[in-house]
Amino acid sequence: MNKNKKVVIVGGGHAGGNLIASLRQAGFSGSITLVSDEDALPYHRPPLSKSWLKETTAINRLHLKPPNFYDEKLVDVVLGTKVDKIDTIAKKVFLESGAEVEYDYLVLATGARARSITLSGGEFENILYLRNLADAENLKSQLSGAKHLAVIGGGYIGLEVAASARQLGLKVSVIERESRLLARVASETLSHFYQQYHQAQGVDVLLRENIAELNGRDGRLQSVLFESGEERPFDVALVGIGAIPNDDLAREAGLNVDNGIVVDHQARTSDPSIFAIGDVSHRPIPIYDCHFRLENISNTLEQAKIVASVLTEQPLPPDEVPWFWSDQYDIKLQIAGLAINTDQDIVRGDPETNAFSVFRFRKGTLMAVEAVNTPVDFMVGKKWIGSDTKLDMKLIADTSVNIKDCTI
Amino acid sequence: MAKVTYIDKSGNVYKADVEDGLTLMQGAVYNDVPGIDAECGGACVCATCHIYIDEEWREKVGRPNDVESMTLEEVDNIRPSSRLACQIEVDSGLDGLVVHVANG
Repeated sequence: MNKNKKVVIVGGGHAGGNLIASLRQAGFSGSITLVSDEDALPYHRPPLSKSWLKETTAINRLHLKPPNFYDEKLVDVVLGTKVDKIDTIAKKVFLESGAEVEYDYLVLATGARARSITLSGGEFENILYLRNLADAENLKSQLSGAKHLAVIGGGYIGLEVAASARQLGLKVSVIERESRLLARVASETLSHFYQQYHQAQGVDVLLRENIAELNGRDGRLQSVLFESGEERPFDVALVGIGAIPNDDLAREAGLNVDNGIVVDHQARTSDPSIFAIGDVSHRPIPIYDCHFRLENISNTLEQAKIVASVLTEQPLPPDEVPWFWSDQYDIKLQIAGLAINTDQDIVRGDPETNAFSVFRFRKGTLMAVEAVNTPVDFMVGKKWIGSDTKLDMKLIADTSVNIKDCTI
Repeated sequence: MAKVTYIDKSGNVYKADVEDGLTLMQGAVYNDVPGIDAECGGACVCATCHIYIDEEWREKVGRPNDVESMTLEEVDNIRPSSRLACQIEVDSGLDGLVVHVANG
């Protein structure tokens, strides 16, 4: 049925990589071509800010699938090559090498790139970003022998690198312009917990702090001048101030773009032969009745399954609750759901014990659960989100009651 | 290096040579054993690498730590022999191990 069809996937990250596995698993027997601008086969990104920085790991331990997988599953892989242009009429993509690849279905999985710091001095060679393996190798080598790391941006990337660098023995300062860490994504309880934990590990957390100047010499940063007037020396900096979707290819091809490539529930763009998945896609989230651009692994898995179902004409998988995790020191955070417009937080457990959870509600409906070292609360909360289960908030707040007994 | 035998839910048998230091999850993923989805890549977060270890191997394999135990509490089809494959590292002491895949 689909064996004469050609699927071309642009982007070899988690979305592109997972899609290949999902397509073959769903029985798609047509041709699959992966075009990636990276030199490595698809690999796991989450370890790059965590274990990979702290240990010596070979790239083959990071691969999503071993190299022989692509041959065995009859997947053509083109690495180290950008796609310059999509011709949506002729249904082909033009590669920077000059080659043209025809498609019946095109899947854009081009991800996102790190937002750059716009201050002058931003191009100093020891001001680093972390999106991919090449960045991680550069970061790891610059951390080695460095004494003081500036982490610019108190989001997850910044905090994970801060934790890893601290464990490598560096002095670390986290510079955040908002009044708390993870201001846009976490509950106040979680923000304060992380602040205190990092501080207890010796990390200097600077809140409500803006950078006035990046000062350096010979192409390298040497100190940061804060708007508050203080100037501090650093010998390496990591910037984690958000990501910008790589939707230019889609925009130039005339596809509908709005903070990413706009897709429907089938991950289809405004062109019926073109799909977009992963960090680059702006998608409907049925459980939340909203549209969002998700930046997590769970989305890549779900959209890979969705596209595989569509292309093999099978029923779509059931809607999933987005989930996310972060590892910093011995702290395992798991988040189920999206805390969109929440108005009430119920804290379960005592943050001082380093094991607690925050159940986040909107108008009495559970939207998200932040679970710190409490996998049971994460798993149970995840099952509750989007279901009709009625919850007793008083019982949730009471750790003497088993979480599973907190339903009405 | 250990010779590990994976048996999927349908009873199909996959024999794998798994290098020292890899986890049973990686051994499964690298040998295309179905039912081990490993969605979180081994971060002990998603419980999609659920396996059963026969009683005679349990001492050699060792016991789960707290995080794994807590994560296991919520899996479907839990048994006393349940483990998460991403938390078990392979060495030659596990040569001959038989692993039953829980999902699939």
